[in-house]
Amino acid sequence: MRWLLGPSWVWLLLFVAAPAAILAGIGLLNPADTVPPLAGPIGLGGYGGLADPFYLRACLGSLAVAAVTAALCLLLGYPMALAIARSARRRLLLLLVMVPFWSGILLRLIAWIGIFRDEGLLNSALRALHLSAEPVPLLHSDATMLVGMVYCYLPFLILPLEARLATADRRLEQAAADLGAGPWQVFRRVTFPLSLPGVRAGLALVAIPVSGEYVIPELLGAAGTPLIGRVIWDEFFQSGDWPQAAALATTLLAGVLLPAALLQRRRPR
Amino acid sequence: MTRRSRFLSVWLICGLGFLYAPIALVVAMSFNAAPMMTVWSGASLRWYVQLWHSPALMEAAARSLGIAAASATLATLLGGAAGIALARAGAFRGRALFEGLIAVPLVLPDLLIGLALLLLFIALEAVTGWPSGRGVTTIILAHATASLAFVAITVRARLAGLDDTLEQAAADLGATPLIVLRRITLPLIAPALAAGWLLAFTLSLDDVVIASFTGGPGATTLPMVIFSSMRLGPTPVLNALATLILALVAGLLLAAWKIAPVAARGTRD
Repeated sequence: MRWLLGPSWVWLLLFVAAPAAILAGIGLLNPADTVPPLAGPIGLGGYGGLADPFYLRACLGSLAVAAVTAALCLLLGYPMALAIARSARRRLLLLLVMVPFWSGILLRLIAWIGIFRDEGLLNSALRALHLSAEPVPLLHSDATMLVGMVYCYLPFLILPLEARLATADRRLEQAAADLGAGPWQVFRRVTFPLSLPGVRAGLALVAIPVSGEYVIPELLGAAGTPLIGRVIWDEFFQSGDWPQAAALATTLLAGVLLPAALLQRRRPR
Repeated sequence: MTRRSRFLSVWLICGLGFLYAPIALVVAMSFNAAPMMTVWSGASLRWYVQLWHSPALMEAAARSLGIAAASATLATLLGGAAGIALARAGAFRGRALFEGLIAVPLVLPDLLIGLALLLLFIALEAVTGWPSGRGVTTIILAHATASLAFVAITVRARLAGLDDTLEQAAADLGATPLIVLRRITLPLIAPALAAGWLLAFTLSLDDVVIASFTGGPGATTLPMVIFSSMRLGPTPVLNALATLILALVAGLLLAAWKIAPVAARGTRD
């Protein structure tokens, strides 16, 4: 069956390996007014600009958003995953979690815009209850963005975690209970430690895409919040500074691939 | 029912409510005669009629469906071959690199995939003259790259669950490798291929970031149109569109789930 490898090899080298190399390479060039807007000489190029505090803030901001989103997803999602894993209707419940997962990020954000906008659902509720005469600006804020992030990425946490919880050996919990452990102790000492690989995978699957997210901050977030995904987009499309965008993207690439590779290594095969 | 399992059930119901309430809101509003979310003035199909008479949206929808079908087909061919090879070829030279390259697009934020592939297309054009400009073709190539890993992993998982005695027997009876592939392996993995195709189709239909980078003038996809009008403030027509796409995706997902549960699980775990 080895001859089947040929086309895949060609494709992967051309469309995965080569673009990554080109991306890292373009970061070494300088911006210009030509087409494409690149000029020599090869040097530090865009990487030299990375020390700018603005980019540092964007990186830290993205890290913080990724961490907070992942933590909120874990808080909300762990009991859901446990409930699904213990349910007799597991398959149906999993499907219910998956339908929003695949049903289009844009379309689901439409609803949140409708809820949070000035003339939206929440504001008219506030007005009806005479809590506020003027519309409260809810839409473009960090909190709204986090709601959108958790909403869109929650299934990414639930699916791997539930898979882990469902395969855990229930007899261990039974044994702990028989030996006198209370429900909370059983959870803390047996259920949770056994589910840790699923927790790790779920947190990574949320944090990694969130760290480079562009659409959700753009539609729900505050206008000026610097996040790495938005900064890369703006450097590329607005400023036309390709080396800077490429250097930032290479940094994000390394920041995503290194933890992912480590996680892969730790996972028992 | 113990107190703990009651807590879990209530939590699960609230969590599913969080996932579905916004979707339900969009579906309900798409049938609302009034343009505001806060007023219900009777059921109406006027937004669906208006959608039908929006040439920009309909044209983008047709283009997006074409791109999704083409890229899903390409991803299924390449990812299927890669999945069979990974499951059946045993150790081969560069296997670790191959697996790494397959997994990379799974974990990367869309932004990085889009930017890196755009730079590749530009570099290719500068060196070979192809592709001259960017458009539907480059989006198809980019989407196929982003989703072929889903097909590969689905197919691999399916084959890993079956030992290769059937293939061995066919080969012992004198079947050439090509006949073994066509008569034994392909029928075995047909459900995985179908499910993989559906998932790739869905991913393509939902993507705004990769298409924004790798597309060009005249290749505006439906998610790009939706995204730009959402920035200005969503219109009721988008609720109607969202409802139609939701129905399509839920149907496709249900089909994938019926065919191969493992595929619909996203295989991200």
